[in-house]
Amino acid sequence: MEYILSILIFFPAVAAAMGFIVNKDSIRMYAITVTAIEFFLSCVLWYSFDSTNSGMQFMEFVPVIAEYGIAYNLGVDGISLFLVIMTTFMTMIAVIGLTETKDLKNMLITVLFLEMTMVGVFVALDAIIFYLFWELSLVPMLYIIGAWGGNLRIYASVKFFLYTFFGSLIMLVGMLYLAYVYYSTTGSWSFALADWNMLLLPYNMQLWLFIAFFAGFAIKVPMIPFHTWLPYAHGQAPTIGSVILAAVLLKMGTYGFIRFSLPLFPDASVAMMIPMATLGLIAIIYTAMVAYAQEDMKQVIAYSSVSHMGVIILGTFALNVEGIGGSIFLMISHGIVSGALFMLVGVLYDRRHTKMIAEFGGIASIMPKYALIFGIMLMASVGLPLTIGFVGEFLSLLGFFRVSPVMALLAGTTIILGAVYMLVLYKKVFFGPLNNENNKTLVDVKGRELAALVPLVALVVFFGVYPKPILEPVDASVKQLVQTMYVKSITPNAKETLAQVNSIGEEE
Amino acid sequence: MIDPISVDLASLNLKSLAPMLVAVVGALIILCIDLVNRNLHKSLYVMLTILFLIVDLGVLLGYSGATKGFFDLMLIDGISILAQLIIIIASGLFILLALSQQRFHEYRYPEYFSLFLFMVAGFQFMVSSDNLILIFVGLETASMALYTIIAMHNREKSLEAAIKYFTMGALAAGCFAFGIMIFYAVTGSMEISQINAILVENNFEPFLPVLLGVIFVFVALGFKLSLVPFHIWAPDVYEGSSAAMAGYMSVVPKLAAFVVALRFFTIFVNAEIFWVEMVLYATVVVTMTLPNMIALVQTDIKRMLAYSSISHAGFVMVAILLGTTQATQGLFLYWILFLFTNLGAFSMLWVHRQKKLEGFESDHPFEKFSGLVKKSPVTASIMGLFMLSLAGVPPFSIFWGKMYLIGAAINADYLILALIMAINSAIAAYYYLKLVVYMFLKDPVTNDKVEFLGNANNTLKTVIGVSALVTILAIFFINPLLEHISYFVQTSGF
Repeated sequence: MEYILSILIFFPAVAAAMGFIVNKDSIRMYAITVTAIEFFLSCVLWYSFDSTNSGMQFMEFVPVIAEYGIAYNLGVDGISLFLVIMTTFMTMIAVIGLTETKDLKNMLITVLFLEMTMVGVFVALDAIIFYLFWELSLVPMLYIIGAWGGNLRIYASVKFFLYTFFGSLIMLVGMLYLAYVYYSTTGSWSFALADWNMLLLPYNMQLWLFIAFFAGFAIKVPMIPFHTWLPYAHGQAPTIGSVILAAVLLKMGTYGFIRFSLPLFPDASVAMMIPMATLGLIAIIYTAMVAYAQEDMKQVIAYSSVSHMGVIILGTFALNVEGIGGSIFLMISHGIVSGALFMLVGVLYDRRHTKMIAEFGGIASIMPKYALIFGIMLMASVGLPLTIGFVGEFLSLLGFFRVSPVMALLAGTTIILGAVYMLVLYKKVFFGPLNNENNKTLVDVKGRELAALVPLVALVVFFGVYPKPILEPVDASVKQLVQTMYVKSITPNAKETLAQVNSIGEEE
Repeated sequence: MIDPISVDLASLNLKSLAPMLVAVVGALIILCIDLVNRNLHKSLYVMLTILFLIVDLGVLLGYSGATKGFFDLMLIDGISILAQLIIIIASGLFILLALSQQRFHEYRYPEYFSLFLFMVAGFQFMVSSDNLILIFVGLETASMALYTIIAMHNREKSLEAAIKYFTMGALAAGCFAFGIMIFYAVTGSMEISQINAILVENNFEPFLPVLLGVIFVFVALGFKLSLVPFHIWAPDVYEGSSAAMAGYMSVVPKLAAFVVALRFFTIFVNAEIFWVEMVLYATVVVTMTLPNMIALVQTDIKRMLAYSSISHAGFVMVAILLGTTQATQGLFLYWILFLFTNLGAFSMLWVHRQKKLEGFESDHPFEKFSGLVKKSPVTASIMGLFMLSLAGVPPFSIFWGKMYLIGAAINADYLILALIMAINSAIAAYYYLKLVVYMFLKDPVTNDKVEFLGNANNTLKTVIGVSALVTILAIFFINPLLEHISYFVQTSGF
C-alpha cells in the first residue's frame, strides 16, 4: 500500500507503452481492462484512506534534483482523493462508451497516457512535479482534439495548447520565485508544498504571486475573460476528448486554486475574494446567456460548463468550510454530469453526424431510454434537489451567502438560467413533432452506450440522496485548510474576514 | 647585448597542449593517409576521426597538469575542461552523421575530415586561453576551417552560404582584432585577468577607449553567437549547409564563443558597469524575441530551426548578463541538453534528406512532413519529442535548462527578464507545435517522389536514438550532471 499513488500514476502509462504491442482489433478490451483495474486501484485507495485524518496520506518522497530541492513527492488528502477517483472513473466510463473507430489504437494509448498525467496532477505535492504533469497533460489532449476532431480541429487544438502553455509558464515563474523566497528565508532549496506552507509572505509579494498562479489556473478553469479556447476545444473535440476535458482537465484549475493559491497566499486570497467572485459571477450569468443562444448542442453544454465552473470559483472564494467543501463536491458532480451530457450528445452525433439543435425534434418518442437518461442528467446539471448537482451548488452558494448575500443571490440565478437553457434544449430536441425524416429511424441507446451511462445515472441519484461518503473526508481536510489559512494570514483584516465567513451556524 | 633566453621546458607545461595536439596530429595523419592512397572509403576517415576524438577525450579527462602553461597563454581551468568535453562529444556525434546512406560531395575528400579536426582543435584553443591573442588565433583557425567545410557541400546555396559567412566572419575578426588592440593600448596587456586588474584599478577610465573596445569585442562575439542584430547570416548559412552541419553550427561554435564571452564580460558584470549591463540586457531581450517572431512565419524547417537556435542562444546569453554561479551552471546545463536535442532534431532532417528537391522549394519544407505519423510513427514520434523538448515541455531535457536559467534570473532579481524568458518560451511553442501539427494532425502528402528515411542507416539511427534517450531520460541525470558542472564551474571561480 505504500506505493499505491505511484502505482496509480504509472500503471496507465506502463499499460499504454505495452499497448503498442496489442493487436489493433483487441485494443478496446485491453483499454477497458486497464482503466477498470485503475479504477479498482483508486477504490482500494479510498477503502484504505483514513477519513478522520485530515492531513496527507500515502506520502512518497524520492529526491530528484537534490541540488535544487526538487523531489518526487506524492500524497493524497480529502481534497484530492475524490478527484483521483473521479478521474479514473470517468476515464473508464469514457473508454467504455467510446464509439470511435478511426485509428482506435492510437487514441486509446493516448487516453491512457493522459490518465497518467491527470492522476499525477492531483497527487503531486512538489510544485515542479505538479507542473510537469500539468504541462504534460496538454500533449495527449492536443493529439486527441487535433487528430479526431471536427473541421476546425487544428485551430482548436493549437489554441488550447498555446493558451494553457502561456498561462502555465507565468505560473512557473511564480513557482521559481516562491522557491527563491524559501531559499532566502531558510537557506535551502525546496519545491515541496509542505515546506512552502511554512512561509509567511509579505502582503505585496502574496498579491503578485497570486496573480502569477492565477494566470496558470484561471486559463485552465477557464474563467472569464480567458475562456475563449474552451468552446472551440469542446466544439471540435471528439466525444471522448470532450468528456475528459470537461470532467477532469478543467478541474485541475480549480484544484490548483485550492491546493496552491489559498494556503500559500491567504491574505491575497482574502483580498481577491470579491474580484474573483465577480469574475465567477460574470461567468455564471453571461455564459448562461450565451449558452441559451447556441444552436449546437455541444456548445450549449460547453458554455454551461463555463457557467458551472463560475459557481465552483464562487464557492472556493467564499473561503469557508461550506463554500470550499461545496466547490469540491461540485467539481466531482460536474465531472460526472457534464461528462455524461457530452457522452449523450456523442450518442446522437454518432447516429446523425450533426449536433445542430434545429435538426432534431420529437426524439423522445423513438428514443425513450435516451430521453430519460438525458432528462436525469439535465436535472442534475440544473441542480435539482436529490440529484448530485444540488449538493455542491447549494453548499457553494450557502458558503458565499456569508460573504455577500447579494452576490450569492445573483449567483443563485445559475439555477434559473441553467434551467432555462437546458429545458429549452430539451424541449427542442426531445419534444414536439418528429418532422425530420432522418430521425425516424434512430435507434435507442443500447449495449456499450448503456453500460457507460447507467452507472453515471446511478451515481447521480445515489450521491444526490446521500452525499455523506464524499462530504465527510472533504470536510476534514477543508477544515484544516481553512485553519492553515487563518494561522498563516498576517494582516488583521484577513484574520477577521476569515473568522467572520467561517461562522455559519454559530450564534451571532 | 640581449641576454640569452633560457626557458625551462618543464615551465612550459607542454601537457596543457596535449588535447589540442591530438586533434592537430590526427588531422595531419589523415592528410598523410590521403597522400598514400587516394581511393579510400569515407568510413575509414570517419572512424579515424572518431578515434582521434576519443584519444583527445581521454587525454582531456586524464589531464592533471597545472592550470597555466606556455607563458600563461594556456589556461586549462574547470570551464575550459567542461567546454572541451562538450565540444568533443558533440563533434563525435556529428561526424558519425557523415556515414549517411547517400553519397555527398564533401565526404569524398579526406581534407574534409582533416579540416574538421583542425576546427575542433581551434575551438579547444579558444576555450582554454585567457589570452586574447590566442583566443583570436583559435577563433580564426576554427572559422576558416568551418567556411571551407560549408562550401564543400557544393551546391549553389552552400557556396553562397560559405561566402556570406566568410565575409561576415572576416568583418567580425576585424572587429575582434581592433577591440583587443584598444584594450592593449589602454592596459598594456593581452590577458583577460590582467586587463581586469588594471581596468578595476583605473576605475574603468579612460571611458571612451574602454567603451570602444567593449563594443568591438561585443560585435565580434555577437557575430559568432548570432546575437541580434548580428544574426542575419545565420539562417542563410544554415540553409546552405547540410542539416547535420547546421545542427553542429548551432551548438559547438556558439559554445566556444559563450566561453570567451563569459571570460570577457565577467570583468564588467562583476564590476557592475551599468552601460555594459544595459547593452547586454537589450541584446538578450531582442535576441530572444525577434528571431522567435521571424521563426513563426518560416516555411522551411531548417530555417525555422535556425531562427529558433538564435533565440536559444539569446536565452542562454542571459547567463552572461547575470554573471552568478548559478547562471553559469545553467549555461552549461542548458547547452549540454540543447546539444543532444538540437543535434537530434537536425539529424532527423538529415535522415530525410533527398538529393533532389522533388517539387518543393527547399530541402525540408513543412509540407513534406505532413501526415508522417501514418507512414512512419516512430520517426514522427521522435521528431515530435525533439520539438516538444525544444519548446520546453517538461519532463523533456530542455525544460530543465530553461527552468534553471529562469530560476537563476529570478535569484539575481531580474524578475522582468524572467517573465520575458517565460513568454518567449510560449511564443516558441507555436512554431515547434506547427511541425507536430503537420506530422500528427494533417493528411499525408500525395507526392510519390517523397521518400522518407532515404538517407538513414543504422549509424544515423543510433545517433538519433542516443539523442532521443538523453532527451527523454533527462530527469534522471540532471542531478549528477549539475553536481559535475558545479564542481567544474566553481573550481574556476565563476
